[in-house]
Amino acid sequence: MDKIPILRMGAYLLVTIQVDLYDRLALNLEADLVQMVNKTSAKGVLIDISAVSIVDSFMGRIIGNIASMSKILDAETVVVGMQPAVAITLIELGLPLKGVHTALDMEKGMNLLKSMIDSTEDDADEDQTADDLITE
Amino acid sequence: MTLSLSKDTIQVLKEQDVVFLKNRVKETAVKIKMGLVNQTRLLTACSELVRNMMRYADGGVCIIEVVSSGRNNGVRLTFSDRGPGIADIQAAMRDGFSTGKSLGLGLPGTKRLVNEFEIKSKVGEGTVVTILKWANG
Repeated sequence: MDKIPILRMGAYLLVTIQVDLYDRLALNLEADLVQMVNKTSAKGVLIDISAVSIVDSFMGRIIGNIASMSKILDAETVVVGMQPAVAITLIELGLPLKGVHTALDMEKGMNLLKSMIDSTEDDADEDQTADDLITE
Repeated sequence: MTLSLSKDTIQVLKEQDVVFLKNRVKETAVKIKMGLVNQTRLLTACSELVRNMMRYADGGVCIIEVVSSGRNNGVRLTFSDRGPGIADIQAAMRDGFSTGKSLGLGLPGTKRLVNEFEIKSKVGEGTVVTILKWANG
């Protein structure tokens, strides 16, 4: 049984999809990834799809699902490295992948994740100070 | 006038057959020098239709043909199954319509990706979908 490895790096999970996805593999990845987010309390998920030459409506939905599921487990998802031809077919197919953050490459994706996570932490800090003021 | 130059019939019954079929379609597209974007469109369309065939009809047969019209070459795929058939084709071709649990983008989306699209279905007998993608255009 094929499996797509999920690597942990600090507060992030890295997934590099090196094979063309088929339905079962995509479903397994979805389940494994959500489990891992929960187990490692990861703050960010980076999915590299630069080696994926086809994303059809099913895979598109799985990518969207992973982003939404991670979101409600308090983790941000960034998809990086989409091939231009894949972007063209996704839009023509009618699947704009709303709600999924994307970046051109791994480095930009990592920076985007960091900035998103930093900003949510800042918000949390502000809430904290606001609470302190009220108690005073 | 569209001529058929080669014909290849592939049975699709298991998930492994799907991978095999996609590889054959890709080989055929590369052979007629189809551009990368059109290859991706054709393969995505193929992926949608073969999934429908697996989900609703437990598999079927796909015919891969190289066709030519004047100077233009193309790939024609015919998916036929003996599944339950589609009761309302017009509804099935609408964005967002699905009797299963999907997004309902498969058929209308596929139509947008290819040059020619034809669907015939009879309830209780099965469905035949034919798509054609030209190498250029």
